[in-house]
Amino acid sequence: MTGEFGAPAAYIVCMRPQDILLPVAAGLCCKPGGFHIDPVRPVERAVITHGHSDHARAGHGAVLATQETLDMMRLRYGENFAGSTQAIGYGEEIRLGDVRVKFHPAGHVLGSAQIAVTCKDTCIVASGDYKDAPDPTCTPFELVPCDVFITEATFGLPVFRHGDAADEVKKLLASVALFPERAHLVGAYSLGKAQRVIALLRQAGYDAPIYLHGAMETITHYYQSRGIELGELRLVKGVKKAALAGTITLAPPSATSDLWTRRFPDPVTAFASGWMRVRARARQRGIELPLVISDHADWDGLTATIAATGAGEIWVTHGQEDALVHWCQSKGLRARPLDLVGYSDEEESETPLPDGAEA
Amino acid sequence: MNRFAELLDRLAYEPGRNNKLRLITGYFREVGDPDRGYALAALTGALSFKHAKPALIRDLITARTDTVLFGLSYDYVGDLSETVALMWPKTAMAAHNNPPSPTLTEVVTTLRTLGKAELPRQLERWLDELDETGRWALLKLVTGALRIGISARLAKTAAAALGDKDPHDVELIWPGLAPPYPELFAWLEGRGEKPVNRDPAPFRPVMLAHAIENTDFQSLDPADYIAEWKWDGIRVQAVAGRDERGHITARLYSRTGEDITGSFPDLVPSLRLAGAIDGELLILRDSRVQSFNVLQQRLNRKVVSPKLIKEFPIHLRAYDLLGDDENDLRELPFSERRERLEVFIKKLDDPRIDLSPTVPFASWDTLTAARADPASAGAGEDADAVEGVMLKRRDAPYLPGRPKGQWWKWKRDPHVIDAVLMYAQRGHGKRSSYYSDYTFGVWAEGDGGDELVPVGKAYFGFTDEELLQIDRFVRRNTTEKFGPVRHVVHEADKGLVLEVAFEGLQRSPRHKSGVAMRFPRISRLRWDKPPREADRLQTLEKMLKVEAAEIEA
Repeated sequence: MTGEFGAPAAYIVCMRPQDILLPVAAGLCCKPGGFHIDPVRPVERAVITHGHSDHARAGHGAVLATQETLDMMRLRYGENFAGSTQAIGYGEEIRLGDVRVKFHPAGHVLGSAQIAVTCKDTCIVASGDYKDAPDPTCTPFELVPCDVFITEATFGLPVFRHGDAADEVKKLLASVALFPERAHLVGAYSLGKAQRVIALLRQAGYDAPIYLHGAMETITHYYQSRGIELGELRLVKGVKKAALAGTITLAPPSATSDLWTRRFPDPVTAFASGWMRVRARARQRGIELPLVISDHADWDGLTATIAATGAGEIWVTHGQEDALVHWCQSKGLRARPLDLVGYSDEEESETPLPDGAEA
Repeated sequence: MNRFAELLDRLAYEPGRNNKLRLITGYFREVGDPDRGYALAALTGALSFKHAKPALIRDLITARTDTVLFGLSYDYVGDLSETVALMWPKTAMAAHNNPPSPTLTEVVTTLRTLGKAELPRQLERWLDELDETGRWALLKLVTGALRIGISARLAKTAAAALGDKDPHDVELIWPGLAPPYPELFAWLEGRGEKPVNRDPAPFRPVMLAHAIENTDFQSLDPADYIAEWKWDGIRVQAVAGRDERGHITARLYSRTGEDITGSFPDLVPSLRLAGAIDGELLILRDSRVQSFNVLQQRLNRKVVSPKLIKEFPIHLRAYDLLGDDENDLRELPFSERRERLEVFIKKLDDPRIDLSPTVPFASWDTLTAARADPASAGAGEDADAVEGVMLKRRDAPYLPGRPKGQWWKWKRDPHVIDAVLMYAQRGHGKRSSYYSDYTFGVWAEGDGGDELVPVGKAYFGFTDEELLQIDRFVRRNTTEKFGPVRHVVHEADKGLVLEVAFEGLQRSPRHKSGVAMRFPRISRLRWDKPPREADRLQTLEKMLKVEAAEIEA
């Protein structure tokens, strides 16, 4: 299945950064390397940063990604999700056409990577989604010095400061102690966020079984198979209502406001997301216990990272580009928004289950 | 302050009353004096200091942040205090030294004495010391915008629960207490005597009635009851008492014990006899009682102008006497209190205060007739302001709360219309998985023929079983989704007709239809009726015309 990436490409003189990486309809295109990063449409050769479905799609000819990302794609799309695949480790470098490609940990979710693309003397880092906060379920973010840094801007406003996730988990546990007769339902994205919340609960000393919505099972077991300690997990399906009093259940965000919740005794609806920082967002969703836990860097994280990369030019994608571009410019950095379409915000939404689906 | 902020934060999201109580009681248990006392004061609206203007908050943030970033953030968050709380950049020194955050007591006592010129610097210091939630609560507190859906009554009930006491007892001693209430907490925790209310004009917890059902009459003997008109005004308690120097103090309380004297200064001179009257606040013009819509012009006013007082003359219609000078009458049977009341009102002899007449009846049939036609049963010209009858047991003492079998309310039949379900929204708390908030409309002539215009929203009135049925209908007939709102099919032949009951109508420029309903609820599901047969806007407009004429009269 390997070898596709060894094919030579036409020789192009790399001078300007936009000659190396350019946004096109299918995604971020590297012409001299002959590949796209996180393409949103099927392409011949795709280099993928992480396993979230808007970045890792099925149907590409060849896919280069970390082993974990490839495994997650396989779990989601089945064996034939791509023509061929090639796994690459953190710190490993590979030559593609006229460029060198190197993967570095992004700290976003298990297997997530920043991709450094170097052509001649110019190094561009496409960071994908990243966070610089500690996370027991994935390799910590690594700072990669570069000339051009492509940053996400999901939480690109100074109002987004995420604080310590451990404090948010304490809030959850305090609520469980105060309302022992109620069930606590925690909405969390099934890939990454859910496992992080579970791991944080374990770190906080919570050793009771944690319940899972059916949609979380596969990916959570995969995390466990990669050696991530999550303690005793049980599926919520088939458990009697009364038995769920005083328990914690993790579910995809869309499920926490649906028919499915009727199996729980007087549930407290929590939601683990960076968006929970803003009250109107939480209230709009009818959340009773907002938990500010994010997979993305907050404002302080974004600005500190940008400054530390030493990059003189910053490209800003998906999220609140305006504020971050403005901040870069006020610091004397060249910055521009990068128009990439097709990346949803997995903090907010996840493909909802059909009404009443048994999960 | 951070702990108090955490409580406010959690309360702001919690929809359930009992859960709110648990959260507040939990806070009182965990936090000591005097912080919890000031928290209780903040929740009951008993704190007083000069509030900071939003402009001051804006100046503080502009001095610390980039204006473009602040602008973008404010646009996104939509609330000034919250934006500032979230984006406040601590000074390098504050970030490094991590100074201890102020206690609630410190904040409250400092604000009380702080000069206007010192406020900005003090606020800045606190903002540096607090966390995000702490800053949010601080800014809400100092700008006087602490809106978190907690009534004073609820906060007092939570305090009572700390010592397993009856909330009425807290209510009774409340007017004699002042923040931070150390003697109250001492009593609640069994460390001290029950505080004594020295207020000369204290509030007494009110007695409420149950709604009577048709089946209730069989077991009731008409001879045991006295009937009165149920007036469509505001239930109040008018209390006058002598202070230590013998001067009369008069206060007007709402049924929840809120002091509303300030809104009705024109009634105060009439409360010159020491006593406590239970009655209805009404507007009288040419000795005729006006509708609730007219009375509404006097509610929630910041300034009570002479013009308002003249155009909407206030009146108290008395139906019970709880105290007569020094004597507490609440243990007496109603029939005796009523006699004392009649004497009291005669002695008072004031044109602004009169007696609510009784409705004579010998059988339930006579009363049914009176309720159906109050005008010819003694209410005369005031009949429009009658919203039913009250039944009070002759031998009932005045008991706080809603005791069984003592008082009954038998409301006039509500107005009903058939409307079409247009939009449904998910409820909150226990109902968060149900589409339980409904927007309904009636037919009106539009540019392209008949169209439905929304006329109101209702989220109760239906049974649990009906809720399930509507929820199922909504899920199966959604045409579009907007976040938590579903657009439900509503065409001439496709859709769900709801029978909506309501108490009255008002003109409202905020609604497209131009009308707003009072107390709308779903009274029946009309699965049998096609939407095309639902009511038209004209029906509502006709009702409006009658009421509007009254307001302007």
